[in-house]
Amino acid sequence: MPGIFIDIEVDEAVASDAELAQKLSEVCAVDIFALRNGKLEIIEDNLDECVLCDLCIEAAPKGALRVIKLYE
Amino acid sequence: MRFYEYEAKALFARHDLPLGARRVVNSADEARAAAAEIGGPVVVKSQVLSGGRMKAGAVRFADTPDEAAAHYQAVLPIIVNGERARAVLIEAQSRVAQEYFASVTWDGRAKRPVLLFSDMGGIDIEEVAASHPEHLSRTHFSSLLPVTERVAKEGIAAVGVSGAALNRLTPIVHRLLLIFLRYDLTLAEINPLARLEDGRFIVLDGHLDMEAEARSEHAALLDELGIDSSETRLARPPTAFEIEGARRNAIDHRGVAGNVVEFDGDLGLVIGAGGGSLTLFDAIRRQGGRPANYCEIGGNPSVAKTANLTELILSKPGVEKIAVMMNVVSNTRVDIVARGVIKGCLRAGVNPSEAIAVFRIPGSWEGEGFKILEHYGVAYCDRSVSMFDAAGRAVAKLGAG
Amino acid sequence: MPILISRDTTCIVQGITGREAVNLTRENLNYGGLKITGGVTPGRFGRDVYGVPVYDCVRDLIRAQGQPDASIVSVPPRFTRDAVFEALENGIRLVVVVTENIPRRQVAQMVELAGLRGARIIGPNCLGVISPGEAKLGGLGGPAENTRQAYMPGPVGLMSRSGGMTTEIASTLTASGLGQSTCVSIGGDAIVGTTYAELMPLFEADPATKAIAIYTEPGGRMEAEFSEWVRANNTRLPVVAFMAGRFMDEMKGMRFGHAGTIVEGKEDSSAEKIARMEDAGISVVERIEEIPVLLRRQLAEQGVAL
Ligand code: SF4
Repeated sequence: MPGIFIDIEVDEAVASDAELAQKLSEVCAVDIFALRNGKLEIIEDNLDECVLCDLCIEAAPKGALRVIKLYE
Repeated sequence: MRFYEYEAKALFARHDLPLGARRVVNSADEARAAAAEIGGPVVVKSQVLSGGRMKAGAVRFADTPDEAAAHYQAVLPIIVNGERARAVLIEAQSRVAQEYFASVTWDGRAKRPVLLFSDMGGIDIEEVAASHPEHLSRTHFSSLLPVTERVAKEGIAAVGVSGAALNRLTPIVHRLLLIFLRYDLTLAEINPLARLEDGRFIVLDGHLDMEAEARSEHAALLDELGIDSSETRLARPPTAFEIEGARRNAIDHRGVAGNVVEFDGDLGLVIGAGGGSLTLFDAIRRQGGRPANYCEIGGNPSVAKTANLTELILSKPGVEKIAVMMNVVSNTRVDIVARGVIKGCLRAGVNPSEAIAVFRIPGSWEGEGFKILEHYGVAYCDRSVSMFDAAGRAVAKLGAG
Repeated sequence: MPILISRDTTCIVQGITGREAVNLTRENLNYGGLKITGGVTPGRFGRDVYGVPVYDCVRDLIRAQGQPDASIVSVPPRFTRDAVFEALENGIRLVVVVTENIPRRQVAQMVELAGLRGARIIGPNCLGVISPGEAKLGGLGGPAENTRQAYMPGPVGLMSRSGGMTTEIASTLTASGLGQSTCVSIGGDAIVGTTYAELMPLFEADPATKAIAIYTEPGGRMEAEFSEWVRANNTRLPVVAFMAGRFMDEMKGMRFGHAGTIVEGKEDSSAEKIARMEDAGISVVERIEEIPVLLRRQLAEQGVAL
């Protein structure tokens, strides 16, 4: 199920960067990112658990990863 | 967590406290066989956690095995304070000369364990304290230094017991003190503690209560006594709704969203925690509301956990609205709770703006939380609306339909 | 001059690398006031948490930087007694125990040792102490900015068995223009290191404190002890008490809210406690918002200028 409060958009370059995917899976405290088959997977079920800590945004190249509040 | 009498006695037996011959039975045939094996007159006692079984007629005396079997049938269906018998205990009758009372508990004021002892056992001890205070002694002791027989001796002698009785009682009461400390009990009581006609002493009935927080430390003992970790052993057995609440709370270890207690009203409560929940529950009642449940949200539960709790409360028949309220929060996040309750409403198939009568959680991340609530059209208030007034708003909404 | 702590208090955090403790350290540092000089987590010597150096044990910490006045203990329940003993045996005089779910035998042992060592324990299961604008020791109020919003300096001494309600009451006082001298979250367990009655002499002797507000609950004898103290000492301080959990009188033997909140006999019911407090001249209210109204009225009657 996609999130109803939070969505995450990533640029294509981010989605296929295995190293970055690994890093994202480490920084996110609520398990929204995973590395799967060398690609970034976004775990939809966990999206609404996002605590808006911005650690993923800081880990990714500037502007390449966006946390979207669906209630705004 | 209370022990049944037969469990308390099993623990007493391990520590060599004097007990009469006894058997736990689960059928009339077993009752008959037990009485025959014990020989002579027996007592047939229903095993319930609450007091008052004597008054309820759930303790009876039998002279023959057949009589014991008949009493088993009579005692078993008796409901004592809403409680069904777990089993029946058949125990040899004793020829009692005098009854004593020994109890160990915590004194929160002295912050120490205290031994209460009386030579007027068998009757309500609060009554003894009120009408015969000289027959009840209170002896505090250390929880840090070794507990020697001295403590027991002083407590017993303080009510005027001397001679052989004092010397025979001292080791029994001393063992009770040790049991109390060793197993993290909050109550260890022998009442009555009887002196028999031949001068020996025997434990007739016992009450033990173990601190819930210490259960894991004594898991091996509880296992041996056959006490399952899922048994709450509270004043009343949990309802299906409460068991489901505990299950949902346990799935996810982040924060608390549970401790559900069922009430028979129509306003669902998503409130928390600790003192805040006590305050809000009172406020709802004072404002004329009828809570459908008590619950607690504390720490930082996940969105899923809060949603689960909300969904459960909304699933209760007759509950169409919930009040979501807390004191000013500094650890729990307003936005995360807002997401959780809205998600719970949606999962229960109801519109959050209708189902949530009021949302009053001020504090950390409230700006973000209020944005979410606005997006879904949910009525909310900040700290300028008191907990009491917020409860009033919720009750008024329910009245308005 | 606040009670218990001041901006000159030096403090350490035991269990400083734990999740809750890291948070607490940051919140206390950001609030300013007292100094957190170091922390302890066995096996983590050499690390730092927001610039606070970490040691393996309290003794090492003291050897490196001298004797601290206070410690915040935030370690899992199984290790709490040991940590508190360590603080006490190393001469620390004020120990705030945040951890909850500690069996009371262990709490009693900590408190007994504290008595032998001439030290004071606040908690367990508490959020600590704050003297608004001066210092904060523990988690009351949460992040610094939230704390400043809810608490402000002023004349009211506040004591509470509930950490969350401490902030709710402070926030209500602050909104009404009444600040606080010192607020103590004493803990929600059946046995706590320091009771209302034991804090009263400190407030009584504190010139900054002009009135007392307390949050009370069913369960235990702490309110009875408090009532006796107020009656026996003819206190100069007007006292207003809020009683929560009145519904519990109908539910004997059920535990709600806190570990220590259970009605077992007549004496620990809310009705009995309210009667005792009122007997001692304490005003007992049913709504938080009545607290500042009554305090102002009583202070005005006594001619105390605010
Ligand atoms: S903002 Fe934080 S919680 Fe949210 S996805 Fe990024 S890392 Fe995870």
